[in-house]
Amino acid sequence: MTKKILMIGATSAIAEATTRLFAQRGDTLYLLGRDMERLSLLTQDLKIHGAANVEYTFFEANDLVDHQNVLDKAVQALQHIDVVVIAYGRLSHQKNAEQNVEATIDALHTNLMSVVSLLTLLANQLQKQGNGTLAVISSVAGDRGRQSNYIYGTAKGALSIFLQGLRQRLFKSNVHVLTIKPGFVDTPMTADFNKGLLWTTPEKVARGIIKAIDNKEHVVYLPRFWRYIMFVIKAIPEAIFVRLKL
Amino acid sequence: MHLSGWGQYPKKDSQLFSAPQTPTQLQHQLLAQPTFTGIARGMGRSYGDSALAAQIISTRYLNYFISFDEKLGLLKCASGITLEKILALIVPRGWFLAVTPGTKFVSVGGAIASDVHGKNHHVAGSFCDYVLSITLMLANGDILQCSRQQHPELFHASCGGMGLTGVIIDAELTLQPINSSQIHETTIKAANLDEMLALFDAHQQATYSVAWIDCLAKGRHLGRSLLMLGEHSQEGTLNISSHQGLPILFDMPSFLLNKYSIGAFNALYYHRMRQNQIECTTHYDSYFYPLDGLLHWNRLYGKAGFTQYQFVIPKDAGKEGLSRILQCISASGRGSFLAVLKTLGKQASSRYLSFPLEGYTLALDFKIENGLFALLEKLDRMVLAFGGRIYLSKDARMSELTFKQSYPAWEAFQHTRCQYQASKVFCSLQSMRLGLNND
Repeated sequence: MTKKILMIGATSAIAEATTRLFAQRGDTLYLLGRDMERLSLLTQDLKIHGAANVEYTFFEANDLVDHQNVLDKAVQALQHIDVVVIAYGRLSHQKNAEQNVEATIDALHTNLMSVVSLLTLLANQLQKQGNGTLAVISSVAGDRGRQSNYIYGTAKGALSIFLQGLRQRLFKSNVHVLTIKPGFVDTPMTADFNKGLLWTTPEKVARGIIKAIDNKEHVVYLPRFWRYIMFVIKAIPEAIFVRLKL
Repeated sequence: MHLSGWGQYPKKDSQLFSAPQTPTQLQHQLLAQPTFTGIARGMGRSYGDSALAAQIISTRYLNYFISFDEKLGLLKCASGITLEKILALIVPRGWFLAVTPGTKFVSVGGAIASDVHGKNHHVAGSFCDYVLSITLMLANGDILQCSRQQHPELFHASCGGMGLTGVIIDAELTLQPINSSQIHETTIKAANLDEMLALFDAHQQATYSVAWIDCLAKGRHLGRSLLMLGEHSQEGTLNISSHQGLPILFDMPSFLLNKYSIGAFNALYYHRMRQNQIECTTHYDSYFYPLDGLLHWNRLYGKAGFTQYQFVIPKDAGKEGLSRILQCISASGRGSFLAVLKTLGKQASSRYLSFPLEGYTLALDFKIENGLFALLEKLDRMVLAFGGRIYLSKDARMSELTFKQSYPAWEAFQHTRCQYQASKVFCSLQSMRLGLNND
């Protein structure tokens, strides 16, 4: 059976790859994002891949006041929402943020506060429906604070905890909450990194997301071996951890 | 970021100038930073230094389809789309690429900039013969539609133009219809070069043909080879391969490949076939892209990397030219797993830097080591003397003089580049080495 999907942050590489898989199943898609040119290009692409219908509208994550309005448009277009994927994020420059309170707060606002705002509104919508999936991209960076990116990590860590609570709350309403923790993914956000063995592609992460949604999983590391890496990283005693370069 | 071509030689510390997701993003960046000099890079599958520069524009995220006419077999897509993605879309709907190179992991932009050829060049021509139009972003950020009718000189300069005219944004391609994703393959043994050239002649009507050749064989075995012919099967299903490919995770120690190990491999490969001819039906993936099954096979040659030497010599020079060059390689003892011989059809003379000439092309891998370049320079002189030339997409070391003698249309190419102010902006390590950025 085809589904109705709301993609928030639809132009992120992981979102795009996931959306293509939905399109290949013949699903109906509603896309939210900032770059209207990319959204329009993506819409053509998804229709070619087999989407039943694709619509899109402008969405600015940091404009919290507008969230309800944008979601209303999506609900009106889709009527019923089977799956919501929240996929945007901004990898802030850790070194800048360390010297600049405003940059730190901005990063937390985009990666955490705006997502919390959306989830609060969407949770009530899906609870009212009595079904549906909220799939949210968090990060392995949220599992333990590290000097190289703890501001991004803070936002993702808090987001993971928010999702934990929400999952428990919505469980009895038959609403599925999925926390997705990708490892290193080769996307425009990380285009100028030198890539090693641990890196994966958005397409592989996307296949994992679809599977986790279909199987109603709660928390998924993608690729799955990251579960073990993070298990080890979390297990290192703080007294040793502070001395590491990680 | 540290970059290299597929041969892992040479390496260059480059700055990623832009990785646009839309034409407008790139346009804004070019207008905001008019000091840009560099080259567009797709999947980095050219072997040498043609996609290396101080600054790089990555086209990997120009990765969307624009339109697909399933009745007429017309496909329009952005330049960062790979042939793999195209096949995944079109094969189940009964279409195939009109021309495909030996890997599906190249981008459309790269395939056009290299004007790649495939196993059907002798009957079908090269990739750009099936490109109806391209959208090109010029040095000043202007966007131009180019085709055989619109700005034809820019179109012809860009087809095979190594990215030196501008950034290819998207392209429209014509496809060929297929009834099945299977290929009917015939493999025929040839004991030496004479036999092989006779087989090529006898099978010039075959849709696909290519020969694997043992470059270490000497004397009366010189040029022993296997000819592999292919036809699209009329029966079977239309499915894409789900095979993921085995990764090679590390650079292998380069001493593993030497004349003994390669000689043994080549002898086994040749003699594994007992009969003189075998026929089978196989999926297009294993027929066209056998090496894609081994992800990062370039790491087999070790950290220092390798270079692929691919030349073409005109048909008249054929037998004599090939045997003299093969003797020279065989005597050097520097062999390669992959030595591929193929006949090329008519030259597309309107395209200034396009590689194919009517004749024979031979491609060989050599790992980078002391003394190699002296051998290759010797080969250059022989190729030049026979009226041939070297494929720019494989090259990492040819001299400016060799290039300018063997690609006589380079001046006309430069003229068009200058007309569009491309010569001061778009440059690669290769174009600088070949004297295309001297004005």
